[in-house]
Amino acid sequence: MSARSLVSGNAAGPVLALDEPLSFWGGFDSSSGKVIDRFHTQHGACLSGTVLFMERGRGSSSGASVLAEAIRLGTAPASIILLDEDAIITTGALVAQMLYGIDCPVVAIKDRAAWERLSALPRLAVEAGAERLVITPPE
Amino acid sequence: MELSTTDHEILDGDHGPAAADAMQLVLRFAEAVGAPRLLACASAHVDGCLYHGQASLDFVERFVALKGRVKVPTTLNVGSVDLIHPELFIGDAELGAAGRRLMEAHVDLGCTPSFTCAPYQTLLRPRFGDQLAWAESNAIVFANSVIGARTNRYGDFIDLACALTGRVPDYGLHRRENRRARVVVDIDGFEHAGPDQAGGLAVAAGLFVGKHCGDAIAAITGLPRSTSEDDLKALGAAAASAGSVAMFHAVGLTPEAPDLKTATGGQEVPVVARLGPGEVLKILKNLSTVQDAAALTAVALGTPHFSLSEFDRLMPMLDLAPFAVPVYINTGRHEYEQLSRDGQAQRLEAAGVTLVVDTCTYVTAIIRDLSGAVMTNSGKWAYYAPGNLGVDVAFGTLADTLLSAKAGRVVRA
Repeated sequence: MSARSLVSGNAAGPVLALDEPLSFWGGFDSSSGKVIDRFHTQHGACLSGTVLFMERGRGSSSGASVLAEAIRLGTAPASIILLDEDAIITTGALVAQMLYGIDCPVVAIKDRAAWERLSALPRLAVEAGAERLVITPPE
Repeated sequence: MELSTTDHEILDGDHGPAAADAMQLVLRFAEAVGAPRLLACASAHVDGCLYHGQASLDFVERFVALKGRVKVPTTLNVGSVDLIHPELFIGDAELGAAGRRLMEAHVDLGCTPSFTCAPYQTLLRPRFGDQLAWAESNAIVFANSVIGARTNRYGDFIDLACALTGRVPDYGLHRRENRRARVVVDIDGFEHAGPDQAGGLAVAAGLFVGKHCGDAIAAITGLPRSTSEDDLKALGAAAASAGSVAMFHAVGLTPEAPDLKTATGGQEVPVVARLGPGEVLKILKNLSTVQDAAALTAVALGTPHFSLSEFDRLMPMLDLAPFAVPVYINTGRHEYEQLSRDGQAQRLEAAGVTLVVDTCTYVTAIIRDLSGAVMTNSGKWAYYAPGNLGVDVAFGTLADTLLSAKAGRVVRA
């Protein structure tokens, strides 16, 4: 499998799969951790502490600031599992790691069938490193 | 990724701890976008001065603490406050203070205190073919389209990281093969339009391209010869507001499009729309949230920041003063100094014009009375202000806005 760690770290939590991509800027409130995009089908959902499945990124580059701020505040997802690489999400999570030492591992799975299979599980643990990437249901 | 000797040196800390830190970010970003290498960056334009929360400030303060300095000429986009006229800011004092510190901290890193969204007008005009790390959507489109310099849509954190390393990832619009037009939008029936009409048309064309072409680069044919650089600026700003546009070609007007064949790289590309006077009028009409004759509380000009040539066009219209409502014009502090030197700033202020520098009336609390509609000649202002400020908006040409300022309601030239 060609999955890649974009931002390293360990995390675990309940899986939340987004039906469609979300722009963190304008679509997510870093103070509450909730989806505030009124046009998103999961409007109102709380993303805090989840292992968030999102196909790809979306929207303004200011999304990186919003994600970093949410990680600082503890309202962000525990981990973000993408299908394809995304520069804005990677940047936001990396900056939070750099500034606050808080990990929000970001992974690109690169294989739709595998990504969908994982997103259907109730809980996952993520161990993302440069050499080793493990995503499993927690024991 | 293949790293150069310079890249390794930066990463190993030979250029200081701030550059090494920033390099980590640039490399991870480059990996995420699939860039095979980094390029030398000629300049950066950083959009880090608008406060999005504590993380915005912590990021730049970290590099200040590490004694970082930008490695290439770096201009700054607008901030939340007008540092030259701080009394104009009427928002929350704590936010104002955080916004001010954010602006100062960037200057501590060696960034030029330009605080303008149009650095290309006077301060830092890139050359054709320069590789840039620019943020701010209108500046990105202008640099790519009107100048022929090369940048992707950079933004939060990564713009400053590129400035601190002097390196930029080689992908997207940095590469020639990705800069060709993939669709054509044909404008019909405006061959003989005058300068005022050309301004409105440019906004309509920009909004259309933004909404319907997305990230497919459009070649726009049929824009009148009277289309000025200011109009192309307005076109790009409108396009980047309505969609994720990073570049367009105006055939016969922009440097990579002397003719349609060059713009498309000789490939057949579909004509996705033909816009005549009827369609253009409809697009512009949809931009207003009020009808003609509606009462106004202000006129807002200069989004993107007003250029000296726009001031030249405006000056004769000051004969209309006194105005019934305040006229706000955003501009860069560099332009403001020029206007002050030659006495135009004083003439404008005497006519009831408020000159706003370092910031913009659509991103911050400046306009005092928002109880009625605000009129603008900016597609970008009209697109964002209703959401940002909760205000009604009327769109018009420059001449329309000044006549309306005098009348206190929406009238057309």
